[in-house]
This record gives sequence, C-alpha cells and structure tokens, in this order.
Amino acid sequence: MSANLQLYPDGRLRHLLTLDGLPARILTQILDTAAGFLSVTEQEVKKVPLLRGKAIFNLFFEPSTRTRTTFEIAAKRLSADVLNLNIATSSQTKGETLLDTVANLAAMHADMFVVRHSSSGAAHLIARQVAPHIHVVNAGDGRHAHPTQGLLDMYTIRHYKGGFHNLRVAVVGDILHSRVARSQINALTTLGCPEVRAVGPKTLMPRDAESLGVHVHTSLESGIRDVDVVMMLRLQNERMQGALLPSPQEYYKYWGLTPEKLKLAKPDAIVMHPGPMNRGVEIDSNVADGGQSVILPQVTFGIAVRMAVMSILAGGEMGVKSEKCYAAMMHRDPTALHRP
Amino acid sequence: MKIHIRNGRLIDPRHGIDARRDLYIAAGRVVGVGEAPADFHANRVIDAEGLVVCPGLVDLSARLREPGLEYRATLESEMRAAAAGGVTSLACPPDTDPPLDEPGLVEMLKFRAKSMPGPRVYPVGALTWKLRGERLTEMAELHEAGCVAFSQADTPILDTQVLQRAMAYAATFGFPVWLRPREPHLIKDGVAHDGAVAARLGLPGIPVLSETIAIATLMLLARETGARVHLCRLSSREAIDMVRRAKHDGLPVTCDVNVHHLHLTEMDVADFNPNCHLYPPLRSQRDREAIRAAVAEGVIDAVCSDHAPVDDDAKERPFQEAEPGATGLELLLPLTLRWGRETGLGLGQALDYVTRRPAEILGVDAGHLGVGAPADLCLFDPEAWWQVTPGSLRSLGKNSPFLGMEVPGRVRYTIIDGHIDFENHTH
Repeated sequence: MSANLQLYPDGRLRHLLTLDGLPARILTQILDTAAGFLSVTEQEVKKVPLLRGKAIFNLFFEPSTRTRTTFEIAAKRLSADVLNLNIATSSQTKGETLLDTVANLAAMHADMFVVRHSSSGAAHLIARQVAPHIHVVNAGDGRHAHPTQGLLDMYTIRHYKGGFHNLRVAVVGDILHSRVARSQINALTTLGCPEVRAVGPKTLMPRDAESLGVHVHTSLESGIRDVDVVMMLRLQNERMQGALLPSPQEYYKYWGLTPEKLKLAKPDAIVMHPGPMNRGVEIDSNVADGGQSVILPQVTFGIAVRMAVMSILAGGEMGVKSEKCYAAMMHRDPTALHRP
Repeated sequence: MKIHIRNGRLIDPRHGIDARRDLYIAAGRVVGVGEAPADFHANRVIDAEGLVVCPGLVDLSARLREPGLEYRATLESEMRAAAAGGVTSLACPPDTDPPLDEPGLVEMLKFRAKSMPGPRVYPVGALTWKLRGERLTEMAELHEAGCVAFSQADTPILDTQVLQRAMAYAATFGFPVWLRPREPHLIKDGVAHDGAVAARLGLPGIPVLSETIAIATLMLLARETGARVHLCRLSSREAIDMVRRAKHDGLPVTCDVNVHHLHLTEMDVADFNPNCHLYPPLRSQRDREAIRAAVAEGVIDAVCSDHAPVDDDAKERPFQEAEPGATGLELLLPLTLRWGRETGLGLGQALDYVTRRPAEILGVDAGHLGVGAPADLCLFDPEAWWQVTPGSLRSLGKNSPFLGMEVPGRVRYTIIDGHIDFENHTH
C-alpha cells in the first residue's frame, strides 16, 4: 500500500517515503544515478543545473543539523532554491496543525518538501495531501523510515563490496526505536542480501522482529561472527530512562563494538555508522577511526544519493538525462580515495 | 399513533420468529403480531414488502459528545445518526466533559435526549469522581438519576485497591461495572497492535498482555467482590480464552466487541490510515478469526459500534498523534449483516447480537417484538448496498475505516416508542 503512494501509475518514483515495498529497480536506479553525481562532487565545478528554478523546502519538525545540511548541499549542487524551516520552534508551537503548515508552504510554490518529523507516518500524511506536482522526501519519521540514509548505506556497501548477493550483514543496536535500521533492513532484503542479522538486547528489539526478514541475535559476538558488514546504530541517551537499559557502561561492555570484537567479523569487514556517534557507548574510537571504518565516506556518498533522489523526483526528463550522462563518467571511479 | 406494518419479514430473535408476519403498533407498544387486535384502525400503513422488520438495535457504546465536546458532534446530530442506523436504544459512556459523575449532569442529558427524536439514551455513570480513579462517585444517586451501569470509559483505575472498593461498592447495590481491560503501564505511548505491522511501520506497540493482565486482575476482583463485570471491547484471542474459562467457572461476566474488530486487522493500518487508529487496536488476523468465532459461539455476548465521532483536526494527523475512534452508529447494522453473511449465520442469529443480547446486558425492556413489547423497530432492506461516504453519514463524525466501501443493509424506517423517527426511500 505504501508503495502505491510513492509511485506513479507507470511505476516511476513520485515521493520517497520508505524503502519498504519499493522495487529493486528503483533502488538501483537511485544508486546508479548517485554514482554519476559523485564525479560532480569531486570536480572543481560542483554545481549542475538540473533543478534550476525549483524550490525545495526543508521542513524539519525535529531538530537535525547533519541530515538537513546534506539535503541543503545536495539541493544547492542541483541549482535548486532551498528554504530551511525549523518548524519545531515556530508555527507548530503556536498550535497550527501539520497539514495547515504544509498547505501554507505549498501556497508559496514549493516543488519539493524534505520532511523530518518525530511521528511515524508524518511524511505519508503530507504526501497524501499535497498537490500533484509536489514531491515529498522523507528525511526521517519517528521510528518508521529514513530512506535516504538506507540508500546511502546501500551505496556504501555496493561501493566497497561490489554487490549484495553474497553478503552477511549485521545491524547492531537499538532496532526497536531506529528508523535507520528499518530502512537498512528493507533495502538489504530487497537488493538480495541473503543474511541480515539484527543484534541487540531484547528490550531494544521489536516484537516479531523476524517478520522484517532478519535473524535476531541478542549477543554481539554471535551477531557479528563472519559478517561482511557491521552497521552500528546510534544509541539515544533517553534509552537509559524507562528501564530499557541499565547504563551506558554495561551497554558498551556487551554491545559496544571494540577492536577485539570486530575480529570476529570477516577480516575485510567494513564498519558503518549513520552518525552522530557516541564514542565509548556503541562504538570504540579505535574502531570508528580504524582501517575498517567507512563512516566518513558514508557522509560523502550521502550527498550524491540525495542529489540522485531529488533529481529523479523533480528533474523529470532532466533527471533521466542526468542518469545517462553521468553514468558515462562512472569509469573514473572518483571514490578511490576512500578505499580503506 | 396506530401503525400497521404489512408484508414484512419479521425477525424476532427472542421468540425465534423469522417469518412473513404483519405487525400492529398502538400507544408505543406492539399490540399484535400476525393478527390485528380487535377494532384496530391504523393511522398509517407501512408496506414492508422486501424489508426485514426487527427489533431496533441496542448499542452498548455510543459517544454523543454532550456535554462539553459539541465541536465534535452534538446530541441532535448523533441522535439523528442513531435513528438513521436503526438504533433505538444506546448506552453512552461517561467520558464527556465534565464526565457523568453527578446526578444533575445525568438528568440533564436524559432530559435533553428525551426532548428530541431519536433513541432511548441510557447513560453509563462514572465509577470514580472525574474518572480519576481516586474517589467513588455517588453511584446510588446516579442510578436514581438514570445510570444503568458504571464505567471508567477509556481511563483505567491505576490503584488496584480503589478498583476493588469501587467494584465492591457497586456490588452492594447490584450495579453492573463495565470496564475496558487495559493495563496502562504496558500501553504508555502505544498506538498499534504490538506485532508485525507495528514492527514494520515503527509504531509504538500495544501488547496483548496489556489486555490479558487486566482481565486476570478483573476476574480475580470480580470473584472477590461479587461485582457483575461487563468487559468492554475485547480484541485478542487470549482475552477471549480467559473469558471463556471465567464463564465456564461460573463467574457472572459478560463481554462485547467493537463491530470493526469483526472485519479489520493490523494490516488495515499498513498505510498509516488514521481512520484505522482504534482503541483497543486492530490486532492480527489470528485474533480477528478468534473474535468472529467467539461471537458466533456466544462467548462474546454482544457487538457494539463503539461510536466515537472525531473531528478532522484530531484525525488528520500522523497516525500516532491522531485520536483513536471511528464513527459507528450508522455502520453497526451493515457491518453486522456483512459478518453474518460471511460466516453463514442466519439473519436472525446475526441480529441477535445487536438486539436481544445487548438489551439483556443493559437490563432494559428492549430487543424483542412480542405483544406488549415497546414499539422500537428497525425496518431495513437487506439487499440494498450503499457506499460509505462522508455525505452518506448523518453523524458529524466522518471518521470511518470503511469510507469508500460498499456495505449491505439500508434502513428504511426506524420506529421508536411507536413514532416513526426515521424514514428513507432513496435507493
């Protein structure tokens, strides 16, 4: 059902709300388009005119610096006009409803909304209400989905591992509250990864987690044994309240990724993290800054992936052209710098 | 007013009648079934050819939103909706603003309801003052003012000792206690069944345990206090199993289910449809099948609408922020008929769960059509299907999971206390 809201009747992408239910061909199209843009980010001229004259509104109902900034950079490199609205601190506190806010902004001739909200399903609600020419990109809704993060993680894995079909991947941490984990799991299962593991204590695991298509491991040691990719999740400080976990120290001792534990994974395993990291809680600094870490390249790839998403959504014919044009530049392999 | 209803298919679950019989009404009572009493001269003859003539529906839970919540719906609008749905008696929960915790409020509500056309209104009084779960209400006084039972609506009593005392005090007078089984600490910010769909959509979950732990407590307290407990809106297979056992053990417990739970599951939430945000939540397919079977089996005693008109501003929000509830008065009959058709139950047996059985739980003279019975009737066309749209609903609540769908059963006449309170001849 979600997929229908995201796709035009002819199967093209209309909104990006969740990776759940999106066909593999669309995920691959986005990754391929991003590969083309990555050459742009490495060039002197960092701008392409694909979205010139388009207005992109960053609607952040929840504070965020990193994600908002990468969306802003991506939009500017596509030559779009970008408006950042931190609504957490403005009209919502005056009692305006979410849909009223969106209707008002749509009247200002927006072409795209990039939305972050603390409630699962907020982006769906907006997508159902907007005029046909407006596109919605979910930049994180509650515990539900963070599709561009999931896509940039897939880009990273494909970049370093060449594909998904022979991989064993572990997602480690607070699966229950993580929109990142859900999007990663959706993407991995769609792209054909044969074994996805969810690793964490039972208090941070959704009921029926297996129904997401993962193998559940409560121990980090068994969870990362022989994996090709370790995807760490951020542990929010508030999880120490509400009797979910006793202390950051105990969490670190049992689920924190240290160099010793990382040895259980394959020798060439890569370590990822969506940021911002809590060093000494979910990840040891020696791992975060170590040779197997691809955490900084993830950020770079994130800009290309967001450019790809926005150009495919709003670029129309231009978006298709960009895909063809930049695909030709792929052979230059601009990301060689980031190889571990 | 003397009414002769002729050529209809009379269904009276209590007397086991399902046959073509004429019905004669005078002075608010049924005065003849099949044969006219001597010297009967009708002022009005209704030709019920092709229609089912049955007792008016009895709804165990319909929020009329008065007093205090008139921006959602008004007594007028919801009384009209009830009549349009063939409902002739309804119980309204005490979660108004202020709650129904004082005799004056109850008298006013009853007086207002009587002054307008529409169903007989039976208020359910608050079990504790302001529903806060701290102090008992004046139950005996409230009963004299017209309350038929006592309840906490959606607000559970946190202090088990207060709950025990409230049940014991109600049992002193033999007043029934209507409670929703919910252990609030296991719910907190939960909005959806804690299962596969909530895991996928990242919605905070409401576990089945929140229902079963509460039922375990209530059953033990019922045994201890001797209170007559009616469990409102069961949602899970485990809960049904517990009630079946309690009944088998001889506890005087009854229970009901929201008609929506006969049809929908957690899967209906899967595109974040706020109209499917109900409390208790829509659960798994396994639970829905158990509910359907338990109603047919009689473990579940009644089906109700759990009518809750919610204004658009409170509904058109992200799923977890949207207020739970669905409009239901006008869908109780169609959805019960649809369940009856799908499960192969006869029309009479299906109607039993929305007429005779809830009337018995309510403890009022309704839900049957023998000579001398109150002339509360519903005449409907079982073969007429209609589309649920905001415009087709008279309730001010337009929030329904069934919007856009076709449902069977169109009410043609609703007769309450011998008066035709609703008439509809459109197709």
